[in-house]
Amino acid sequence: MTQTMMSYRDGLMLAAAHEMEADPDVFVFGLDVPDHKRIFGSTRGLVEKFGEKRCFGTPLSEDAMTGMALGAAISGLRPIHVHIRVDFMLLAMNQIVNMISNLRYMSGGKLKIPLVLRAVIGRGWGQSAQHSKSLHSFFAHVPGLKVVMPTTPQDAYSLLRSAVRDDNPVVFLEHRWLYDIEGEVDFEKIAPLGKAAVRKEGKALTVVGTSWMNVEAVKAAEILAKRGVDIEVVDVRSIYPLDEETIVNSVKKTGHCIVADYDWTYCGFSAELASVIHHRCFADLKKPVERLGFAPVPCPTTRPLENLFYPSAVHIIRTAEKMLGLSPTDLDGESFYSYENKFKGPF
Amino acid sequence: MMQDILTKEESLGLYRKLVLARFCEEKICQEYFKDEMKTPVHLGIGGEGIPIGVHHCLPPSTKAFGTYRNHSLYLAMTEDTDGFFGELYGKRNGPAKGKAGSMHLSLPEKNFVATSAVVGTTVPLALGAAFANTYRGSDDVVTVFFGDGAVEEGAFWESINFAALRRLKILFVCEDNGLAIHTHARQRRGFKSLLNIVEAFDFYKGSGDGSDLTEVIRVTRQVTRQMQDKPGPALLNFTYHRFLEHVGPREDFDAGYRQKPEPEDIKRLDPVLRFEEELKESGLQAQALEAIRCEVQEKIDRSVKTAQQAPFPPPEELFADVLI
Repeated sequence: MTQTMMSYRDGLMLAAAHEMEADPDVFVFGLDVPDHKRIFGSTRGLVEKFGEKRCFGTPLSEDAMTGMALGAAISGLRPIHVHIRVDFMLLAMNQIVNMISNLRYMSGGKLKIPLVLRAVIGRGWGQSAQHSKSLHSFFAHVPGLKVVMPTTPQDAYSLLRSAVRDDNPVVFLEHRWLYDIEGEVDFEKIAPLGKAAVRKEGKALTVVGTSWMNVEAVKAAEILAKRGVDIEVVDVRSIYPLDEETIVNSVKKTGHCIVADYDWTYCGFSAELASVIHHRCFADLKKPVERLGFAPVPCPTTRPLENLFYPSAVHIIRTAEKMLGLSPTDLDGESFYSYENKFKGPF
Repeated sequence: MMQDILTKEESLGLYRKLVLARFCEEKICQEYFKDEMKTPVHLGIGGEGIPIGVHHCLPPSTKAFGTYRNHSLYLAMTEDTDGFFGELYGKRNGPAKGKAGSMHLSLPEKNFVATSAVVGTTVPLALGAAFANTYRGSDDVVTVFFGDGAVEEGAFWESINFAALRRLKILFVCEDNGLAIHTHARQRRGFKSLLNIVEAFDFYKGSGDGSDLTEVIRVTRQVTRQMQDKPGPALLNFTYHRFLEHVGPREDFDAGYRQKPEPEDIKRLDPVLRFEEELKESGLQAQALEAIRCEVQEKIDRSVKTAQQAPFPPPEELFADVLI
């Protein structure tokens, strides 16, 4: 088994390249896909290797281009349609929610829709209200779509390959800050859609995280471990289908659960998870499930307010302390993630 | 003249399809208020000649996309009255086992790929099918049918632009009855000529009276020849008169938003009567046509009976075919 160190963005790029090598029906397209920036490097090298036939940019027509992807998928091709921000997918919601999610059912199971919709969740340096949404709750609400949020370079690689090989439409959401994360990637490793992953084992409390919140949760767990409090971190990975078993087994073990969702809480995925956990772990829970998410406002631009908008490792630590009856941990001297170290914009 | 462009066999085959579409919808009108066929029906009486004529000019491998007013297209491409009525009655023998109903009929195995009840939504799907044809080196044309209301949707113009950009072989067919539900084109459009705008996108174009099946075929052939000589998209605009209400089996002239045609105009507006007249002028015996009508009516009556007697889908079918 060969393992290679690489970034999340390279994991995405290689997954597409390997699928395109394996299957001539796979093609990648979307706004800015072949330009010099290459979707933050995640489509680097594809147009050179596979040509403009299989890797191309589009007009600014999200609605029709999404319908185009659907039409190609039901004609036997396997499109990967890329959006540089999830927010722009709202222009394609008619195709996603009225057509892509319905067409197999409405055809009595005759149509097959092997289609991947990749999209980047923005954050920081003024991404603000229209470049920062994750919307996984929107997509997962609708029957007929799979929704995946990879967190590690290995998952970026393996889950994207699984998504391309899946015969169903898959919404694949990538947090922009994860692009810089480095990790070991084993090309042989298969990550099936619909499986959660335990990122860190622990007995005191379970944090169930989505996307970037797993980074915050692991950081919180590291800090609490110093005082002997061991937190378990479960990365949901697949919003739909949901791996209830891994989550439920963890909460049954710890008796405490924080859902740290990278989204607003109201009517959100965190509410769904809290409901599932309360229902299935009722007798094992020592405290009600707590939920963390965005502040219930549009994302502001200015940094001091943006800091208040997002949940972080600090929120996880303070919530865990309350649930476990612990005194507040002294966080002086702890360093938390700051995007200024890696990402200064403009885009 | 019909004889100049159609053989006798072709003419009789076309007449059979016209009658099939018309009689199926007349049967729906007769049966509808028994409340067994629980599906909204957007009947195309008056417009049958458009899909029948267009697809007559194209090989069976041509993929087609349509709208909720899709019965004539479905029947022209499949002649499958059993599946048609099975679906309308919500029964297991429908192609989607009753989950589609009238508004979302499809039969992908016969290249009748998809229809939709949201205006304009299948137009971009045709881009994907045509892109796939190009990707695989196929010469096939893709057709997409839509009403004149769809032309005001953003997806339509996005699709026109991309089809032109990629020189995709798509036949955009506007079934133009001048009405978006009850609103006239003059109340909706800030432009004069759709064809002129689309021509600026370097489209091939054609237009005509959709009530005249022979004209539909003549215009379509002209345009598809151009598409084969030098690949590119085309727009066909065929006008027709919608005889019935937007949805449902009744007339609605008493609602006051449009005029009932005068009796002397009916022969011109009704594609079945008009084609029948042409057939008679070309020397075909009335008996031959009567035989076709009888055979088609029997086929329809059999299919309706089959559908009425067919079982509904079992409860487990609720959960089938969402994902693979």
